[in-house]
Amino acid sequence: MIGLTLLVRRELRLAFRGGTDAMMGVIFFVLAAILFPFGVGPDAAILPRIGGGIIWVVALLAALLSLERMFAADHEDGSLDLLYLSPVSLGQLALAKAIAHWLTSGVLLLIASPVLALLYNLPSSAFLPLVATMALGTPTLSLVGAIGAALTLGARRGGVLLALLLLPLYIPVLIFGAGAIDGAIAGRDIAPQLMILGGFLLAALALAPWATAAALRQAIE
Amino acid sequence: MLHRFANPARFSRIAARVLPWSATLTGLLFVAGIYFALFVSPADYQQGDTVRIMYVHVPSAWMAMACYTFIAVMSATSLIWKHPLADIAARAAAPLGAGFTIIVLTTGSLWGKPTWGTWWVWDARLTSVLVLFFLYLGHIALTHAFDNPQRGAKAAAVLALVGFVNIPIIKFSVDWWNTLHQPASLTRLDRPAIDPAMLTPLLLMGLAFMAYFVTMLLIRMRADLNAARARALQLSAAE
Amino acid sequence: MQGLTTHKLGCIRGERAVFAGLDLALNPGRAVLLSGPNGSGKSSLLRVLAGLLPPAAGRIDWEGTDIAEDRDGHRARIAYIGHADPLKPALTAAENLTFWARLYGFDPDVEPALFQFSIEALADVPVRYLSAGQRRRVTLARLALGQNSEAGPALWLLDEPATGLDPGAVSMLANTILAHLSNEGVAIISTHGGLLDALLEDSAERFDMREFEA
Repeated sequence: MIGLTLLVRRELRLAFRGGTDAMMGVIFFVLAAILFPFGVGPDAAILPRIGGGIIWVVALLAALLSLERMFAADHEDGSLDLLYLSPVSLGQLALAKAIAHWLTSGVLLLIASPVLALLYNLPSSAFLPLVATMALGTPTLSLVGAIGAALTLGARRGGVLLALLLLPLYIPVLIFGAGAIDGAIAGRDIAPQLMILGGFLLAALALAPWATAAALRQAIE
Repeated sequence: MLHRFANPARFSRIAARVLPWSATLTGLLFVAGIYFALFVSPADYQQGDTVRIMYVHVPSAWMAMACYTFIAVMSATSLIWKHPLADIAARAAAPLGAGFTIIVLTTGSLWGKPTWGTWWVWDARLTSVLVLFFLYLGHIALTHAFDNPQRGAKAAAVLALVGFVNIPIIKFSVDWWNTLHQPASLTRLDRPAIDPAMLTPLLLMGLAFMAYFVTMLLIRMRADLNAARARALQLSAAE
Repeated sequence: MQGLTTHKLGCIRGERAVFAGLDLALNPGRAVLLSGPNGSGKSSLLRVLAGLLPPAAGRIDWEGTDIAEDRDGHRARIAYIGHADPLKPALTAAENLTFWARLYGFDPDVEPALFQFSIEALADVPVRYLSAGQRRRVTLARLALGQNSEAGPALWLLDEPATGLDPGAVSMLANTILAHLSNEGVAIISTHGGLLDALLEDSAERFDMREFEA
């Protein structure tokens, strides 16, 4: 536990010292979402219809942006070897990295998403579901993303490869995240979707650090 | 080169003995299967001759799934028992699996045009296969993304297992999504109940695809081993 | 009882056998200076000994027991210095060292360690402003951290530790290593010759990797 908090605090301090770098993900999130009305037209009937889905799709891409560097710096400067030799297990390291990634990307997306909901004229009944799905869904993106980040360490063209590996795995979160918002707009009960998103999160919490650790072990070899 | 080629050398000998038989079997099964599919089996009362696409579509869908399962089993073998042939088998199987998914998608599209009136419908099964295609692509890309082939093989093995755990989740999600968004204008045709006369060609074609897979797998694995041996010779010549 | 012994150790990188049949025996209080041309497997040997790379063949014993039986115990006795400097440019020298000290359960007071490599004046400077030699000193100060703590690592694995150091810093490093050896520690150091070899000559054996080419 001490090791976990130590690692998370180190990541947060590094992100904080990095200054505006940490804001790039959320800036991309807002900017990419703003592009869609230019593509499909500002029709007040269409935008609320597609808004929930677009916000979620763009959130997947924004979460992907900062994942590539999750372990890369530690891999390049030899820190990963020392982290492996330390008393902290690779599973704990993976969990710490995912938590730090969520705190520096997912939380910001969560905060920015109501602004996008306004721009897309989403009905007020959709605001709370949007934030709730983001809160349940984005940690899963960070946890599963850690697997991809560890797998592509040292790969040529890591960034594009990461997108190819992770986006198919993100589809379930997208389906239930966007589905809940559509359901809320249509006035349906969205508890099932939220529970499934919660189930994904629990499964990812249990399995993803383990898979990430296996991938990191190979990157160290 | 220590133990790495002791085992593969035996594999190469066995493969050389099996290959002529499996290749012949593949040819015979395809001839029989195609004959039954095109000439013996009846046309569907609703879809007419279009239904014959099924004899390619369905077996390749079986093989697309079976091949991913095969890769997952090989990946587990590689990670747990560190068997030197498991990585080579997984690496050889992935492009074959991707090929099967392409056949499923194209035949599905060709079948969809006369049946549904459009080249593509976001049918739950077709969509799942489309995602499976990208899982295959990711696996192939990761295998070849590293300068050290060992690292690529091990990373791809972890990815295959992660993908294998995710396939049921993706399937469930896509099914859920599909029932929610079922467009009213497209009445979904259930696959026709299988006439016994259709079963024979379907099974024959299934066996033919399987024999084809085994044959291609052996050829690809043997080529991979030979390439590794050639590299080892070049390296030792350089020293 | 001997400190570290290896039996018929072999290593494969990619598809190339790096070394094979490597036997090494090292008593407490002694060091080994690894020499050999590029690609002869010095770095690989150090990584295998650290447990970062699995050996392709053979066995490593610590005080007579196979390290494979107690991986955590083995990791706890290792101080590894690789080629790169595992430092974060955005953090100060002291912050970098404090993090490693806390993570490894060493004494988090890093002042004496910085002093040992006479970089105490750089404690609060972010690492990105340091020169290559200064960064190397911060990296090496990690050795002093373990040394100043109870139950610090007994097995030092140093991969060309003197790269980029000026003669003054090399003698600081040599003194640190000698203090470690006099404390019944063990060190394996890869070098390309030079001042460090001369300073350690009396307490070290030489080991030529070329004898174990695969």
